[in-house]
Amino acid sequence: MASLKDIKRKVGAVQKTKQITRAMNMVAASKFKAAQLRMENFRPYASKFMDVLNSLALRVESMSHPLLAVRDPKRIRVICMTSDRGLCGGFNTNLIKATERFLRDKSKEGKEASLINIGRKGRDFFRKKANVIGQRVDVLSKYDMTLAVSISNDVIVPFIKEEYDELYLIYNQFVNVSVQRPTVVRLFPLPSIGQDVDIDPEKNLDYVYEPSEEALLQKLLPMYVHVLVYRALLETSAGENGARMAAMDNATSNCEELIKSLTLKMNKARQAAITAELMDIVGGTEALSKG
Amino acid sequence: MSEGLTLEIVTPEKMAFTGTVEEVTIPGTEGEFGVLRGHEAFLTSVDIGELNFTKDGKKTYYAVNTGYAEVTSNKVTILIETAERSDSIDKDRARRAKENAEARLAQIAKDHVDYEKMRIALIRAITRLHVSEK
Repeated sequence: MASLKDIKRKVGAVQKTKQITRAMNMVAASKFKAAQLRMENFRPYASKFMDVLNSLALRVESMSHPLLAVRDPKRIRVICMTSDRGLCGGFNTNLIKATERFLRDKSKEGKEASLINIGRKGRDFFRKKANVIGQRVDVLSKYDMTLAVSISNDVIVPFIKEEYDELYLIYNQFVNVSVQRPTVVRLFPLPSIGQDVDIDPEKNLDYVYEPSEEALLQKLLPMYVHVLVYRALLETSAGENGARMAAMDNATSNCEELIKSLTLKMNKARQAAITAELMDIVGGTEALSKG
Repeated sequence: MSEGLTLEIVTPEKMAFTGTVEEVTIPGTEGEFGVLRGHEAFLTSVDIGELNFTKDGKKTYYAVNTGYAEVTSNKVTILIETAERSDSIDKDRARRAKENAEARLAQIAKDHVDYEKMRIALIRAITRLHVSEK
């Protein structure tokens, strides 16, 4: 049995760990709130943007844009969006697994895959395992639309130059605080837009377009990519903090349990020590009185 | 027609502005244009530049990045990737960005991959500087 002193020290250590995990939980909670607010703020922009894009797409009869070009997908590119920091449960692990599986499936089909990592965790994992051609780390703590724009531009240009044929984005879709679902989205060629949408004919005013509808659509498509990437960034950051909140909450309650059982052990050890001491004294006096 | 014109400036970060104004001037890709109440329905893309509107006889300036504007007779909706009001622009940062871009542009050839990027960065920095002085 461990000595009383050892157990006492252990209880102290667990208590300190609990303090840390609780603090991390609270930090994650406030970051999560901020991330959620940003998601809400983004909603009007995204929905208005989609309205205009869809109504434009309906007006243009045949859409042709380099970003819509369908080619035989021999060379694919994958963006894997993980977080920069760990201690957030299975958030990154699940995503990395999904990415690995996706890459394996594609290479079985005989396709040549290259990878772009956003976030430190994915970069560290894939460093030697995959054909990594780009990375961005330490960007998620502070980012805005410019980050989405620059990520997008880094993939738009090579796609137009036909350096690769298909682009996939793998990120954690934010379902709620405790659920994040690894999702694979095909970015390029862009899935067709303007289909399956009902546009209110009342709203469908006769606009004057300047430049022409086609030219305008050409300008809006890259912006559409920015919107998709930005949304993924927002969901990643909200999901990361949500996952960390849950993980740290678990850790804190585990610490509490551990402290409980250790305290019990400690009390038992103390009791045992007292009993042993008493036995000594009783034994001593008995020996004296007999003599 | 004294109700004025409803203006909404929407960015991914937030609603930068909503309110009723008398006049808006927008830097369209086909040239700058002004909008008053009763303008015909109109949709155009917006370029990097200076946007301003008049509210209660007072002008407010914004430095904006690419996006588009949707105009109906009594409402203007502008969706842009960034919008900064003139008094919230960090002048030193804008100046540094401008100097950086200029230095970089001087070093690289015109057909370099970064050339277009830096050129846009320079235009943005100049616009921001310009707007911040309003």
